[in-house]
Amino acid sequence: MKLTLDDLHDYVRGAAFLGTGGGGDPYIGRLLLKQEIEDGRHPTIIDPEELDDEARVATAAAMGAPTVMLERFPKIESLEAALETLQKRLGHKFDALIGAEAGGINGTLPLIAGARTGLPVVDADGMGRAFPELQMVTYNIYGLSAAPVVMADDHGDRVVVEAGSNKKVEAYARSVIMAMHGQAQIALYAMTGAEAKRSAVRNTLSMALDIGRAISAARRGNADPVQGLLEHLRARADKRFAAELFTGKIVDLARETRAGFAFGHVRIAGLGSNGRQCEIAFQNENLLAKRDGEIVAMVPDLICIVDSETAEPITTEGLKYGQRVRVIGVSVPPIMRTKEALAVFGPRCFGLDMDFEPIETLLG
Amino acid sequence: MRIGVDVGGTNTDAVVMQDKDVLAAVKTPTTADVSTGIVLAVREALAEAEVDPRRIAATMIGTTQFTNAFVERKRLREVGVIRISLPSNTDIRPMLDWPEKLVSVVGEHAYWAHGGYEFDGSEIAPFCDADIRKAARDIKRKGLRHVAISCVFSPVNAEEERCAAEIVKEEIPEAHITLSSEIGRIGMIERENASIMNAALIELSTLVVGSFRKALESLDITAPFFISQNDGTLMGADYVERYPVLTFASGPTNSMRGAAFLSGLKDAIVVDIGGTTTDVGVLANGFPRESAVPVDIGGVRTNFRMPDILAVGLGGGSYVRQSGEGVTVGPDSVGYELTQKALVFGGDTLTATDIAVAAGQAELGDKEPLAALESGLVDCGLASIREIAEDAIDRMKTSAEAVPIILVGGGSILIGSDLKGASNLLRPEHAGVANAIGAAMAQVGGETDRVFSYDAMGRDGALEAAKAESVSKAVDAGADPASVQILDVEEIPMAYMPGGSVRVRAKAVGDLVLDGGPAQP
Repeated sequence: MKLTLDDLHDYVRGAAFLGTGGGGDPYIGRLLLKQEIEDGRHPTIIDPEELDDEARVATAAAMGAPTVMLERFPKIESLEAALETLQKRLGHKFDALIGAEAGGINGTLPLIAGARTGLPVVDADGMGRAFPELQMVTYNIYGLSAAPVVMADDHGDRVVVEAGSNKKVEAYARSVIMAMHGQAQIALYAMTGAEAKRSAVRNTLSMALDIGRAISAARRGNADPVQGLLEHLRARADKRFAAELFTGKIVDLARETRAGFAFGHVRIAGLGSNGRQCEIAFQNENLLAKRDGEIVAMVPDLICIVDSETAEPITTEGLKYGQRVRVIGVSVPPIMRTKEALAVFGPRCFGLDMDFEPIETLLG
Repeated sequence: MRIGVDVGGTNTDAVVMQDKDVLAAVKTPTTADVSTGIVLAVREALAEAEVDPRRIAATMIGTTQFTNAFVERKRLREVGVIRISLPSNTDIRPMLDWPEKLVSVVGEHAYWAHGGYEFDGSEIAPFCDADIRKAARDIKRKGLRHVAISCVFSPVNAEEERCAAEIVKEEIPEAHITLSSEIGRIGMIERENASIMNAALIELSTLVVGSFRKALESLDITAPFFISQNDGTLMGADYVERYPVLTFASGPTNSMRGAAFLSGLKDAIVVDIGGTTTDVGVLANGFPRESAVPVDIGGVRTNFRMPDILAVGLGGGSYVRQSGEGVTVGPDSVGYELTQKALVFGGDTLTATDIAVAAGQAELGDKEPLAALESGLVDCGLASIREIAEDAIDRMKTSAEAVPIILVGGGSILIGSDLKGASNLLRPEHAGVANAIGAAMAQVGGETDRVFSYDAMGRDGALEAAKAESVSKAVDAGADPASVQILDVEEIPMAYMPGGSVRVRAKAVGDLVLDGGPAQP
């Protein structure tokens, strides 16, 4: 499947939805992709099943401070340079690219790299959503090595990081990012087709596109876009459970930045005088939703806040008092709910003292 | 004594103020050439106040002309854009996301030069004179005279933009140059967009400022005049000639500042009901709450300091219709034709104004044609108007508690004696000309937005430095140092950065100094 200019807004809207409030503003990513497509370079998306088991796949991503990216955009040539260096290091060419994160700006980076290099992009990623830390990827969870990691700056300078564990890789990578003035393009998690099929969260790029399209189609047809979105999610081949958890108005909002993360919670009151309330806690991304004091959804299931009329996804930075919103809960695929996965991005990893319970059980 | 003028799409308002007293307030129709309308309004206001024009210390003007010109793509000029960023920022070209029609007016003349800064002020690459000179020569060859210069992290250091401007001046002495660092905050795309918009408007700006100057001279007003910016502060006439884009969206800000002044309240919700729309905004500590999301103007994304305003389709001219489902009001309006089309003015269209008059909320025009209206229709119409206003207020409120509501604008007669969610409902005298009063009472300000190292300076040291910078910018802009106060400080820690890199934004405002001391009481 080729991504076209017309798909761009739908794709980015869907990526923002999968970002569950985090992942950063994908605006810069959309512009990078727009220029690639306008210049005639369309990224091609392939299903994981189209990958040979022996195929060579690399992960392409941008890493750094969102504020820096607002001024100095991720440089595509550097991403190419990082991928080339990784190829040289490994002694083989890559057959396809894959993403680390489906939400936010990193939801667009593999497509941008795919457009530039001509390599197909696998319809999958390592988070199925957005998460605040690099090690929260399924590639790490299912035993793949992030190293060697190649990091490239805008001058063509490259740093290769090799370390004994993915945790150490991340620590070293962070100090390289600082030396590269806060933003770098990276190639990492080189894997085989078989490994990609075993460890990736599948069909998340097409899911982002489909989510965006479902919302647009409902808007065009004067239907309720949230309803259109829910119908689409339930009809998907991967049988997602999806429910509208709440509808109301934001009455309280607390935000605090600690250690580079945006922590906080938002309280939503039911419309009219029904006295109902919903509270959502977040750390960059939405983590936990309570309705009238009872838990209705928790991380890693998706908790998305959207505009109540347009279904436009709202990031945690975009939340405002008085906004009329609807909260949508969506189940994640089984690969994100295993014991190993929950040990890395389950509720306890975000300081929530509870075991994971699936949204369909909580609402059952 | 000062004069405040607000040039809107429909009306030009003028007020004469002495300290805190409104000596005269006048509303006249806006004229096609704008300055005729200003002359009419100001002359009438001076006459009403019985004031000698030579006693006026300053004139403050709020105008929507530049916003309108940009949105309507009228009188814009082609712009040469120089971006100082190489080897970075090559993958998103200037104006990539602008509407095509606008790009075809402004032209695609983009040039890249080596240089720019990192967040900490170090250079991305050495600044290259030759790159700038080459770009300037090509711009000259194309016959362009309007140039926008942007540079990565120029809010941190504007030096390279200034150097580039000097080189361009050497090559094209008659060039009008806009520097992005003078206009916007962090956010390369938005800041560059604003500087291109500005460069495209410069020629019009020279014309408009000239016509304002002439208009005031013809009235024997020799005192300086100022123009309102989007954040409600003032800039001098010579500055507007160079930076017209900073006037965008000053209207709603003036109206809210005027409402704050007239009511004496610093925290309230302002409901400004015009002929076509109702603007609802929140006053916090006397200033409008700012919008947290990027604002699109004419389809172009900017990050100006804009008030957070909710506009709904309710106004004095709103159509009132009766159908099987009940009575609806708006969102369409007869607009400026209200005085011909409304029933009370002898027309044949039922408007929200007719409902308000029929309900006895206002004395206007001829009540005779309203006698035929069923009382049920009037009641339902009033209920519908109320519902729209209450819903808009509810959307902007920060808590469930009732808050004071200030009603301003000509359409405020639509609202009866109470509103849900209002702790009290104020209709200050002269509320119809709140914008002009807001302009007349405006202060001058300064803002800083850049990255500080808390490790190097300590948090307190960095915050003090940021505040001091914004204060000195306010003083440079003409504020009385004794009156300057810090309005807002925001800290945004940066991920992946050496310990304690924090983006700090600080804003200061103060009273304008005029000959003979501070103009503000």
